[in-house]
Amino acid sequence: MSHFSKLNPEQFAAIGAAFDAIRNGILADLGERDASYIRTLVKRQRRLEIGGRVMLMIPPAWPLGVAALSLSKILDNMEIGHNIMHGQYDWMGDPTLNSRTFDWDSADTAKNWKQTHNVEHHTYTNVLNRDHDVGYGLLRMSTQQKWEPRFLANVPLTVILHTFFQHFVAVQNLKLEEVLIYKTKTTAQLKEDFKPVWKKMRKQLAKDYVLFPVLAGPLAPLVFAGNAAANLARNVWACAVIFNGHFPEDVEQFPESVLEGETRGHWYVRQLLGSANFSGGRLMHIMSGNLSFQIEHHLFPDLPAHRYAEISPQVRAICEKYGLPYNTGSFLGQTLSTWKRIFKLSLPTRSEPQGNGEISRRAPASAAANEAAMELAA
Amino acid sequence: MNPSTSLLSTGLRRVLSSRVLAAMTTPHGVDRYLELFDPTWSVHEVRAEVTAVRHQTADSVTLNLRPNANWQGFRAGQFVRLTVEIDGVRRSRCYSPANSVHAADGQIELSAKAHATGFVSRFLRESARPGMVVTLSQADGSFALPEQRPERVLLISGGSGITPVMAMLRTLCDEGYTGRITFLHYCKAAKDLIYAAELAAIAARYPNVELLRAFDEAEQCGELQGLFHREQLAAAVPDYAAATTFLCGPPGMMKAVQQLWAEDGIVERLHLESFSAAPVVIDSANAEGDLRFARSERLAANNGATLLDQAEAAGLRPEAGCRMGICHTCTCRKLSGQVRDTRTGQLSDSGEADIQICISVPVGTVTMDL
Repeated sequence: MSHFSKLNPEQFAAIGAAFDAIRNGILADLGERDASYIRTLVKRQRRLEIGGRVMLMIPPAWPLGVAALSLSKILDNMEIGHNIMHGQYDWMGDPTLNSRTFDWDSADTAKNWKQTHNVEHHTYTNVLNRDHDVGYGLLRMSTQQKWEPRFLANVPLTVILHTFFQHFVAVQNLKLEEVLIYKTKTTAQLKEDFKPVWKKMRKQLAKDYVLFPVLAGPLAPLVFAGNAAANLARNVWACAVIFNGHFPEDVEQFPESVLEGETRGHWYVRQLLGSANFSGGRLMHIMSGNLSFQIEHHLFPDLPAHRYAEISPQVRAICEKYGLPYNTGSFLGQTLSTWKRIFKLSLPTRSEPQGNGEISRRAPASAAANEAAMELAA
Repeated sequence: MNPSTSLLSTGLRRVLSSRVLAAMTTPHGVDRYLELFDPTWSVHEVRAEVTAVRHQTADSVTLNLRPNANWQGFRAGQFVRLTVEIDGVRRSRCYSPANSVHAADGQIELSAKAHATGFVSRFLRESARPGMVVTLSQADGSFALPEQRPERVLLISGGSGITPVMAMLRTLCDEGYTGRITFLHYCKAAKDLIYAAELAAIAARYPNVELLRAFDEAEQCGELQGLFHREQLAAAVPDYAAATTFLCGPPGMMKAVQQLWAEDGIVERLHLESFSAAPVVIDSANAEGDLRFARSERLAANNGATLLDQAEAAGLRPEAGCRMGICHTCTCRKLSGQVRDTRTGQLSDSGEADIQICISVPVGTVTMDL
């Protein structure tokens, strides 16, 4: 049973007010600290990129070059690109750090990504048929998704998705399954939509697989392979982080009906139930773009992500107060749990249970509070 | 610059702005990598390093700036938009360079008076240090010495409005101008006069320059006393009607001068720059309707202030520069509703249009693409 049904309207309103208060506290405090954090990070990423590309042309340093370029691409896409394009630093008024003008080192166009991610995924998080990130039109990620024979390939397709993640994300906005499987979109429309995508993709491919290899002269194959390795590392890592944020077994998916008359409080609770964190040190948080605080990110997508760590105790306290789960675990644990779900859902579901009855298993502390809240409600 | 270094820098510039380098640095662009090596390096932007900071009066600051090679120079009287970051937020304001356009070191000199409400000026007054890097726009504005220098020049300024006419005076002196120049400046007291020492030195050195300082109080050592008025001008500059006049100062003074020139029917000889906008009279009692910020999905009750002020109060950070309607940085798309221009009082139509939000006050409900 979903946690939605355990709360009354007054509780939803109180939860909304409590989360708004956290948000306003951070907004009032934004300043120099946040500006220098993101500037320093951008500088480090650019240095890693230059260093990485140079080392790839020096054979003994090749492995280091791959490592530096991988780190650079991960930082560029996650803690920098993802967060800037959420508008987390728009208040600085710097066009180079602004969500309207920023573009990232990825095949996906900034404009398309902001549509599928900021609008569809963040507004309708984990709502089937509305949040395209639920399976990317490719996978079956929820028992509420009707089983089709094509989902037998859930596991190998997930591997392919991880491998070519940037290109899958780049074509995500095209909704290929609507053309290939459901025939609800025309090929002509697809061609039109593909134009801006191909323009960006082409530039990215030319940079990594033509220009830099050619610059290296006889060492071209080495640079080509190094760039491919760095792109692969970024793809697999980014995909794994994102899957861990929404698909561990206990994370809820929602039917479209949940959106009817949804209040601010309901929206916060849905974000909370549809997201999962994973633990780690400071480096883990930075490399995951602070999506290790996926819950905080979904509650406050436009607050600078490096602030999530400091507000997470407050978020946890609210969860405990209202008996809501705060889904977290180790990176490995969440990954295993995600793959278990993917494997299970490749087969037809015998009985179709609604929601996730055992959700409180991961948050034993909240179980007692849960009962208390139910008593209050009753 | 000797020919070989200039050839080198032209060559370097060509490489840096080449398509190959653009393709290598996509999607961020060459500038984002250049600035790692030196914060003033840029292929496209004018950036400048502060080389000297002086305080000529208690509440003013004078900065010397060394611009990068993108700076295209200015005409005496024009302004630049200076951008600094204060507590993480970029802020822009317009300042007129006060130096001669013939200055040999190629540096720009800006003077700012730190008013209680002058956020950026106050920051510069308190925090500017040599080594600080600022972003500049190219010079802009039609208030400038004409290429064909006038035969007789009258420069009238008040307070910090001295800077553009200072640039004119220094420029004319540097190029050996032989016509007569009268420099008429109004300020509260002698201790508030920026460039006091240099003005005195110029007047002593150039016989064609006449310096007239008008202070509010009688005991001051000024040539004139009190605010601008007809009798004072007629006595001090009897041939004012024959001069080409350049005027920059606070709103009250500018209005008085403009009125006199209009009465005499010689406005075509008057060039002016409103250095600070006339304070907007906020008519909150009659403010009606709502402000809808469509893109950020925010709604605020119209309080009668400018769109820029109301947008900022609603937590938005639209780009803005001069805040007085001259630099066009704040131009935004109005989707619907009527606005009043605070300078002219003119009412817009209610359709879609690009408007300068710093000088537009909503009249009834207005929807902005912000």
